[in-house]
Amino acid sequence: MLEVSNLSMRFGGLLAVDQVSLDVQEREIVSIIGPNGAGKTTVFNCISGFYKPTGGKILFEGREIQGTPDYKISRLGMVRTFQHVRLFNQMTVVENLLVAQHRHLNTNLLAGLIKTPNYREREQKSLDRATYWLDRVGLLDLANREAGNLAYGQQRRLEIARCMVTEPKLLMLDEPAAGLNPAETKDLNQLIVSLKSDYNVSVLLIEHDMSLVMDISDRITVINQGRPLASGTPAEVRQNDDVIKAYLGEA
Amino acid sequence: MATPNFKHALFCAIVTLIIAYPILGLNLVAQGTKVGLEGATTSTVISVVLAAFVVFFFQLFRDSIMGNLGKLPKLNPLSGREPMPQAKRAKLESWVLTAIVVFALFWPFLVSRGSVDLATLVLIYVMLALGLNVVVGLAGLLDLGYVAFYAVGAYTFALLSQYFGFSFWAALPIGACLAALFGLVLGFPVLRLRGDYLAIVTLGFGEIIRILLNNWTAVTGGPNGIGGIPEPTLFGMEFGRRVKEEGNTSFHETFGIAYSGEHKVIFLYLIALVLAVITALVIRRLMRMPVGRAWEALREDEIAARSLGLSRTAVKLSAFTIGAFFAGFAGTVFASKQGFISPESFVFLESAIILAIVVLGGMGSQIGVILAAIAVTILPELAREFADYRMLIFGAAMVLMMVWRPQGLMPMRRIHIELKRQE
Repeated sequence: MLEVSNLSMRFGGLLAVDQVSLDVQEREIVSIIGPNGAGKTTVFNCISGFYKPTGGKILFEGREIQGTPDYKISRLGMVRTFQHVRLFNQMTVVENLLVAQHRHLNTNLLAGLIKTPNYREREQKSLDRATYWLDRVGLLDLANREAGNLAYGQQRRLEIARCMVTEPKLLMLDEPAAGLNPAETKDLNQLIVSLKSDYNVSVLLIEHDMSLVMDISDRITVINQGRPLASGTPAEVRQNDDVIKAYLGEA
Repeated sequence: MATPNFKHALFCAIVTLIIAYPILGLNLVAQGTKVGLEGATTSTVISVVLAAFVVFFFQLFRDSIMGNLGKLPKLNPLSGREPMPQAKRAKLESWVLTAIVVFALFWPFLVSRGSVDLATLVLIYVMLALGLNVVVGLAGLLDLGYVAFYAVGAYTFALLSQYFGFSFWAALPIGACLAALFGLVLGFPVLRLRGDYLAIVTLGFGEIIRILLNNWTAVTGGPNGIGGIPEPTLFGMEFGRRVKEEGNTSFHETFGIAYSGEHKVIFLYLIALVLAVITALVIRRLMRMPVGRAWEALREDEIAARSLGLSRTAVKLSAFTIGAFFAGFAGTVFASKQGFISPESFVFLESAIILAIVVLGGMGSQIGVILAAIAVTILPELAREFADYRMLIFGAAMVLMMVWRPQGLMPMRRIHIELKRQE
């Protein structure tokens, strides 16, 4: 469903991403891995529309989307999280999920001002959806807390729930396990796998720690210094000499 | 410890002397055609020196004085209490607001004409501040040119009545909508700007409108302003002694009561009150609608908001437009109240005062903003006895406020949407 070919991104003299290609099929978990500073997040920013790539093509469900504004891309059904959690800290947990569903709500001002039955129904529906997802990620008890007061691991899960209420087709997670302890990481991996199996969501994942993604990924693309290094199934990537060199240094 | 304190105290005392002597002691007097400087009288000199001593000793023993102050019983016995649960607070708030509105409805019949007139001005500021609160407090966009929309509202009514004979009621929606349109137009170029840059551009926009009104003499009358703006009518009844427009009747004749100038003032006050209440209710409702949440989301984290499909353009423009709309409301009422407007009424200071009201009241908090609007409008009037030192007292009050409650009179406490659990 997502096809990236020969993606390049240049910042002045720095070629941050050079000819990267990757693709994600339906119901697939694909990981982008690579050492720090390899350009993984830049690839993400290009796909999600925060950057306009300087070269290459991005196709989402057959449509060219490079250069489309970020908010339109998320409306197409591609939603991302961030390396550093970005929640609306002063809002409560539920409200964070309601903001995400704004386009499921009636945007007609007048209907909201006089609270038409239709408007109430939609509002209730989005509350129900929020409730469902909070339950799903285990945050239901904290629904009325301010998001900024949650523990870090809970904030990570809230961010994923916030993406999921928009009913995306492709979920893009930028280092979702950063800052989590091993137990939390394991829970997270289970959550990601269940998103794929239960909700038919494809997942594009960034991680710099290889061991984390080996178990859950269907395919892996390795990037080093902006250039694609290898891609294939976890087993193939694990065997690849270039990858070993990049990660462990040359002998 | 004593030495630095002594130096500091001496410094403060000298600064007091340097500042206080010219301000309080020196007088400009006209001597024929020249202006001469007159020295201070002995009593002033003594009081200035005395003040310097007070400052000196206070600074010298500041630490121990402040330490002992902390031991005094708390002024506010409620300061240590738990915050109220949200449901209770919301209920209390709506009761208080209803009580205030009911009181405000009957109040003008009990007091003097001057007070009612002032109260109308307060209500105009309440509308303005509530509108700006949307832009600054909720959407987090610092707008220093808000007075421009106020001017658009006022001039729309003035021009429409002068050239086309529009009445207040016909001009009210047009003024508000035109102001909203200007909000939309201003919104476009400033979409990408944030913080200081946004403030400067909006400041410029405010000035452009004022200068345009000032120089477009052929239409707006330039600095001479526009006079003869009609007062609002009540179902075709005029409040003047004589009926000005054909087909209208006069209020006092219809009801068979003696003519009184107060009717008009009270009627204007009531219109302003109704409009202010409508403003407050509409914005209150908007805050809990998706658009209100979008404003806050964009203020809190623009990147996250965009990643969730919120269009920055739509959200910011809606805040600007709605804020401007209510300024247009206020402008129309203002034009009608004054009967005469000129660009003088829409200088930058006016924007600054409205912004001060919002900040003073606590950004985003409606009750706070209403209280602050009352305080900021009435305080200079109360301080009139102090004549020349009026603004000084106003400034001192502002500084004290910021020390005492840096978050504003009533900091915004967000009304959260509570998730009710089905057990």
